[in-house]
Amino acid sequence: MSYYEEEDLGRFGDVGQHRPDLFEKFMAWYQACQEDGALSRREKALIGLAVAHALQCPYCIDAYSQSCLEAGSNLEQMTEAIHMASALRGGASLVHGVQAHNSVNKVSM
Amino acid sequence: MSSRELPVVEESRVRAPAAFGQKLVEHGLSLRAGRVETLQVNVGKLCNQACKHCHVDASPRRTEIMTAEVAEQVLDAVRRFRFPVVDITGGAPELNPSFRRLVSGSRHAGSRVMVRHNLTVMFEPGQSDLPEFFRGHGVEVVSSLPYFLGRQTDAQRGPGVFDKSVEALKRLNAVGYGVEGSGLVLNLVYNPVGAFLPPPQGSIEADFKRELLSRHGVTFDRLYTITNMPIKRFLEYLRRSGNEERYMRRLLDAFNPASVEGLMCRTTLSVDWTGRLYDCDFNQMLGLGVEEGLPQSIADFDPEKFVGRVVSTDAHCFGCTAGAGSSCGGAVVRG
Repeated sequence: MSYYEEEDLGRFGDVGQHRPDLFEKFMAWYQACQEDGALSRREKALIGLAVAHALQCPYCIDAYSQSCLEAGSNLEQMTEAIHMASALRGGASLVHGVQAHNSVNKVSM
Repeated sequence: MSSRELPVVEESRVRAPAAFGQKLVEHGLSLRAGRVETLQVNVGKLCNQACKHCHVDASPRRTEIMTAEVAEQVLDAVRRFRFPVVDITGGAPELNPSFRRLVSGSRHAGSRVMVRHNLTVMFEPGQSDLPEFFRGHGVEVVSSLPYFLGRQTDAQRGPGVFDKSVEALKRLNAVGYGVEGSGLVLNLVYNPVGAFLPPPQGSIEADFKRELLSRHGVTFDRLYTITNMPIKRFLEYLRRSGNEERYMRRLLDAFNPASVEGLMCRTTLSVDWTGRLYDCDFNQMLGLGVEEGLPQSIADFDPEKFVGRVVSTDAHCFGCTAGAGSSCGGAVVRG
């Protein structure tokens, strides 16, 4: 057994058993975010997939992989989105090298 | 392409016959047919391909094809009742010896004729003149191409099918099919390559047009998105891949009451290779005939008796009502 169970994604609504008012507000906001707007559903699904990887959320990865396919994206496009997320994560770590260099320089002759 | 037969599995587990009817009742809907606008003629299960999603279980090994006698019964009905559209499918319908007679006879009777043409059959012996034959009879060509890339297309339809399909599309373009202003209609069909719903028809059509033109110089008219039905070979895939329950849940969750009014079964009558009648090609493959008490054979067809008939339904019907809906003419609800 692992901590993440695939079928638990379908039980997301159970979270709303307590403080349903808050959950309903979240769901209304969440669903409104998915709609076509200045960005298409397809672009939003790719953003969702990238964020899911940055957060490393298995539920979100399952959900947004399906959303991307059903929005017409292919695996090449989805993989590019995943690389974008990963590159940002890598870059976000690497840029802190400047902080380390600053720290070292401050205490060095 | 593979000629290997995939096993035909028992559908009973996925079938909950009352579920679709109950869903209609929940939404205050009913499903009765109007006048028959389209006679869809399935001339048999013989095909030069064996696609992984095929709801017909068609393949080069199948021998069930319409005889000349049954084809004549079909043509007799077409002449007598002047169906606005005759939609010829299979298998690869071109492989049936009566195919060309069905096309020319239906055109002569004044029907618009659509042929579900799988593209690669053009390279089978004796079929190289198909583009000219189609053009000569003003046939509307409808061809499956599940994606604009080879990898996805070959995964569903067999190794090498994409390249052959592109070559066939070029030949159809060369005689005017899918070329603006020619009046020769070439529509493509998108099926998801896996256990998911089709994307919005308009957006994926734009992708196909852009990519097929830029990569291969190919043009076409419209792209129809069609949902994979959880029957026959696609159901076998769902079971083998552990996706059956999730896919059925997806279809149920995506039920769109707005799709019911435009379902093709309201205006289509399907006839199989033996002449038996059904409400659609999917019901045909499940042996789910038209309403009891109605004539069951094309030889006994009477249009007045069929108006207002109750459409036979089963759990697979959720495939036609999911999302934007699905029909042999693509999405039912225009976005």
